[in-house]
Amino acid sequence: MNKYTERLYNGIIKENPTFVLMLGMCPTLAVTSSAINGLGMGLSTMVVLVCANLLISLFRKVIPNGVRMPAYIVIVASLVTVVDFLMQAYLQSLSAALGVYIPLIVVNCIILGRAESYASKNPPLPSIFDGIGMGLGFTIGLTLIGLIREFLGAGTLFDVPVLAQFGWFTPITIFIMAPGAFLVLAFLVAGMNIVRKRMEAKGKPLAKPAGCLSGDCASCGHSALCSGKAVAGEKQAADAAGN
Amino acid sequence: MSTLAELVLIAVGAAIVNNVVLSQFLGICPFLGVSKKTETAAGMGGAVIFVITISSFITGLIYKFVLANSFLAGKGIDLTYLKTIVFILVIAALVQFVEMFLKKKIPSLYQSLGVYLPLITTNCAVLGVALNCVTYEYNLLEGVVYGFATAVGFFIAIVLMAGIREKIEYNDIPKTFQGTAIVLITACLMSIAFMGFSGMI
Repeated sequence: MNKYTERLYNGIIKENPTFVLMLGMCPTLAVTSSAINGLGMGLSTMVVLVCANLLISLFRKVIPNGVRMPAYIVIVASLVTVVDFLMQAYLQSLSAALGVYIPLIVVNCIILGRAESYASKNPPLPSIFDGIGMGLGFTIGLTLIGLIREFLGAGTLFDVPVLAQFGWFTPITIFIMAPGAFLVLAFLVAGMNIVRKRMEAKGKPLAKPAGCLSGDCASCGHSALCSGKAVAGEKQAADAAGN
Repeated sequence: MSTLAELVLIAVGAAIVNNVVLSQFLGICPFLGVSKKTETAAGMGGAVIFVITISSFITGLIYKFVLANSFLAGKGIDLTYLKTIVFILVIAALVQFVEMFLKKKIPSLYQSLGVYLPLITTNCAVLGVALNCVTYEYNLLEGVVYGFATAVGFFIAIVLMAGIREKIEYNDIPKTFQGTAIVLITACLMSIAFMGFSGMI
């Protein structure tokens, strides 16, 4: 396996942002009420991620270390603006369905996370493949969650009636509403806990969750801005309570 | 000028009916990550109220008088497409500035909110509020009320969640569901409860 396919494998399976690293939970919960919305969100995030990785990797020797975060944010925000307008022009219904979550790709921790941990240290071509791998992993995650929620909540898959055509079927509407998102994700996390345990027993442990879900700030893209102070503060409070 | 009734409607709508965490899914990270203890959750909630209220005022000002001002519009120049870039930079700078200001001038407030401030820079709720104010075409006052109420909604949600999590500690939870999974189930039940408000306005 050469280093490019290794990057793809890493993003899609080994460090899948949705299932393994548990990053970008806001869009994961918000836009997966149908499979097509999940797919659209995943692909638009992927476009931004690939372009951002490429640009940041190209400029990695020019951007001074002290202002790298603002520089990354400007690059990502510009790309997001471009994607936002392209979608408003050519994919109006999807753009309307995703609404404010498209501009909010700027603060998606996958993008700044990859910029900080990979693109800023590696040459352009591997960075592009890293972006494609991570982007595909995120797209697959969102589409799968969207499929589950749409199937249970509306009886359709990609708007094609599957269960909805049967007379006996009553859609469990709550799955396409807000609480359903939390419920599906809860079972997903629980399922991943089992997978994690099995893999550990086999001696091939999975990568740990990296987002705020894990309470571990070390690998978060925003750690330069926040340096894990909140979690440290919480630990301090716990220590103080213990004493 | 908007009437008091309109402002109250905006506030109730943003704080309870369309709760920022439980129905709009903004600010999920701190909601799940910093809700283990009621005190820290209240600190985080307080910091979010502080930052969102200020930032919705500042971004509102910048949008009205810089990006969408009538002088440029009269010359056919439309800068509003820059809003995402400008808002995120303004928010990032603002949070750093607020942190420095509090540290220097109001140390007691810095003690209680300081550690949470930098975490908020990239909190999607702050940027989401700024962008929503533009989408909903709120004026400056409405924008600030909307921002404050949204943040109060976040405060309510995170403090409730922290209270429940402190109790969950003593419960007998299936091993697979311990940790994040049971928190998400709790969030699901809270979200169902908040759906009950949806007929209110």
